[in-house]
Amino acid sequence: QIKAQRLLYFNMSESTKPHPQGKGEKTHVGDSSYVGIDAILEQMRRKAMKQGFEFNIMVVGQSGLGKSTLVNTLFKSKVSRKSVQPNPEERIPKTIEIKSISHDIEEKGVRMKLTVIDTPGFGDQINNENCWQPIMKFINDQYEVYLQEEININRKKRIPDSRVHCCIYFIPPTGHCLRPLDVEFMRRLSKVVNIVPVIAKADTLTLEERDYFKQTIREELRANGIDVYPQKEFDEDAEDRMINDKIREMIPFAVVGSDQEYQVNGKRILGRKTKWGTIEVENIAHCEFAYLRDLLIRTHMQNIKDITGSIHYETYRVRRLNESNIHFSAHLSDDPAVEPKANGQLEEQPSALQPNGVAAQHEALSHEM
Amino acid sequence: MKIIQFFTPKHTCAAVTNIQFDKGVRPLSLAGHVGFDSLPDQLVNKSICQGFCFNILCIGETGIGKSTLMDTLFNTNFENFESSHFEPQVKLRAQTYDLQESNVRLRLTVVNTVGFGDQMNKQESYQPVVDYIDRQFESYLQEELKIKRSLHNYHDSRVHACLYFISPSGHSLKSLDLVTMKKLDSKVNIIPVIAKADTISKSELHKFKIKIMSELVSNGVQIYQFPLDDETVAKVNTTMNGHLPFAVVGSTEEVSVGNKMVKARQYPWGVVQVENENHCDFVKLREMLICVNMEDLREQTHTRHYELYRRCKLEEMGFKDTDPECKPVSLQQTYEAKRQEFLVELQKREDEMRQMFVQRVKEKEAELKDAERELQGRFEQLKRLHADEKAALEEKKRLFEDDQSSFSKRRAAAQLLQAQSLTANGKKDKDRKK
Repeated sequence: QIKAQRLLYFNMSESTKPHPQGKGEKTHVGDSSYVGIDAILEQMRRKAMKQGFEFNIMVVGQSGLGKSTLVNTLFKSKVSRKSVQPNPEERIPKTIEIKSISHDIEEKGVRMKLTVIDTPGFGDQINNENCWQPIMKFINDQYEVYLQEEININRKKRIPDSRVHCCIYFIPPTGHCLRPLDVEFMRRLSKVVNIVPVIAKADTLTLEERDYFKQTIREELRANGIDVYPQKEFDEDAEDRMINDKIREMIPFAVVGSDQEYQVNGKRILGRKTKWGTIEVENIAHCEFAYLRDLLIRTHMQNIKDITGSIHYETYRVRRLNESNIHFSAHLSDDPAVEPKANGQLEEQPSALQPNGVAAQHEALSHEM
Repeated sequence: MKIIQFFTPKHTCAAVTNIQFDKGVRPLSLAGHVGFDSLPDQLVNKSICQGFCFNILCIGETGIGKSTLMDTLFNTNFENFESSHFEPQVKLRAQTYDLQESNVRLRLTVVNTVGFGDQMNKQESYQPVVDYIDRQFESYLQEELKIKRSLHNYHDSRVHACLYFISPSGHSLKSLDLVTMKKLDSKVNIIPVIAKADTISKSELHKFKIKIMSELVSNGVQIYQFPLDDETVAKVNTTMNGHLPFAVVGSTEEVSVGNKMVKARQYPWGVVQVENENHCDFVKLREMLICVNMEDLREQTHTRHYELYRRCKLEEMGFKDTDPECKPVSLQQTYEAKRQEFLVELQKREDEMRQMFVQRVKEKEAELKDAERELQGRFEQLKRLHADEKAALEEKKRLFEDDQSSFSKRRAAAQLLQAQSLTANGKKDKDRKK
């Protein structure tokens, strides 16, 4: 017999001074009321440093918008596909390809496996209908891989996370409004992945043009019901909402990328040198690259991963399990209501109609009850 | 559409279980400060918002000091009940508390055994404990397998640490202890402690600890080892591993020692200070359990004990990852196969039942027929008996009537004779008188 006690609240330590983050020092020897529960933060940090982190970022946009350069600028190294391929192909591919490349990077003891997923060919064809499909499929396939791992009997200690955490969508700096391609893509993909729209090559817009463009884009996003990151519905509390509202007022970020350094006022900074001046990439008076970098890397990276894991992935999982249930009850007949997944095959992926067994496990368990 | 995966030529990190750095290969170096070194902070901040969960199970005999030790460890007064020694079987009592220290919120659940070691027959004493632990795993598994699940909101009730209280006999472990720990060592992280350590002298304690550890080893009981893989804590953990089991003393009362008030137990012969490392290992226990290894305990519970439970449970239900030829089996196939099996089984059972029913009906019919026949037989018999009796009676009647008629004849003859003799006598008298 278990008797569960209702929750009681205790405040244990009289000392409420904040504990120094970083190395756990025994600052409380002699403080008779100190227990040491807050040491768990240090333990967590240690564990995270040991395990390392994973981050998967996808860049989508027509060719020539500076995707590779931007990604290189973000991570201050040659992480993009073009920089790594020995003979960069300059041709525009005939169909959309999805190319992913991974790096191990490290900063101040923090290790990260960064995967950059490029989508050459997007938006470059004459007929761009359904160009989001291969990308959608790729994203869903990563969810599928994770799901299959998760429902294995013998599971890995840490399931490798190849799910796309963030998708940067490059909007060409026309200065007018979003194109149908942009709207279609973002509308569909914002439902399965965190989208961060950016205005590419923003050095072709004056500040007024830029502000007007951004406003138009924001209105169009709202009108089309497109929820880009950070989504309003996932704000956790008032503090969150405040911070995120500020960000939402600024998107899409107008960015300029560069991997060239120049001397400006005696300092070496990243920039683009033109005859009429040097655009400093990290100067917020010139472009909003710094905001994008701060959002993606310095403040919201963990949150981006959390939303991917606990919202987008779970949505996929629910849909998948319900599909499987329909399959079972319809005795594996081809249910036209189910979204066909037969768009090509991934190597080493079992056939497209492979349902997961969680529904089966679920059913079997409820059988046992 | 093609999907091509490239890897930087310098390292071969593939989609492998761990993030691996090839030793001796230069990683990609960054030309400036990117800023993802703040990731651990972001992670920690998120955890602070969410709060933590920690569940301790205390197993020990009644009165050995479980509740007091918990109070001392967490510096507070949990609601405690003194249990009686007359519980018919072992029960578990779980209590949950929300604690806070600086900015860390902890949801602590303390589970105590009630009546452990009090029964005459202790063979089944471990079972309620094992059942409790399994129930928590089951509940988590259920949540994990749900379609709409909310794992990050889920209150994790799985037992992270099990403090096993050893009686300070000074000799060796009791067989109850060994049996219980053996049953639990694959389900939970066991940390054995010697309770009421102020009843053992220092030298006895040393021998006692050695004896206990060697008994555990020789019986193959796997207790929790403080982890050695992280260099920051490897040294202190190694030392502490050598001090197991911790000899603890608990007290919530304060005694003035020198010019301070310390938690202690006052005896006529001295004061045992709880937080004095010369007196007992309480500080070591608190250090290991809370300050250094709480996260590892949670992780071991999740990645080792829970996974083992999950694997066994799913395999029990017939799910496999590979079939006998070691080719990956889709769960779909397994499920379909099981379903077919189940339907076939169902059909078989139905047929069996039907057959049994028919059989029973036939039997009953036969029975009834037999009964009928028997009745008929009896009836015939009775009839015959009657007839016989009747005949016998008739015979008797006839005889009786014969008797009667012969009797009446004889009587008539006798009467006649009498009458004749009377008239003869009368005539004689008449003749004399003349």
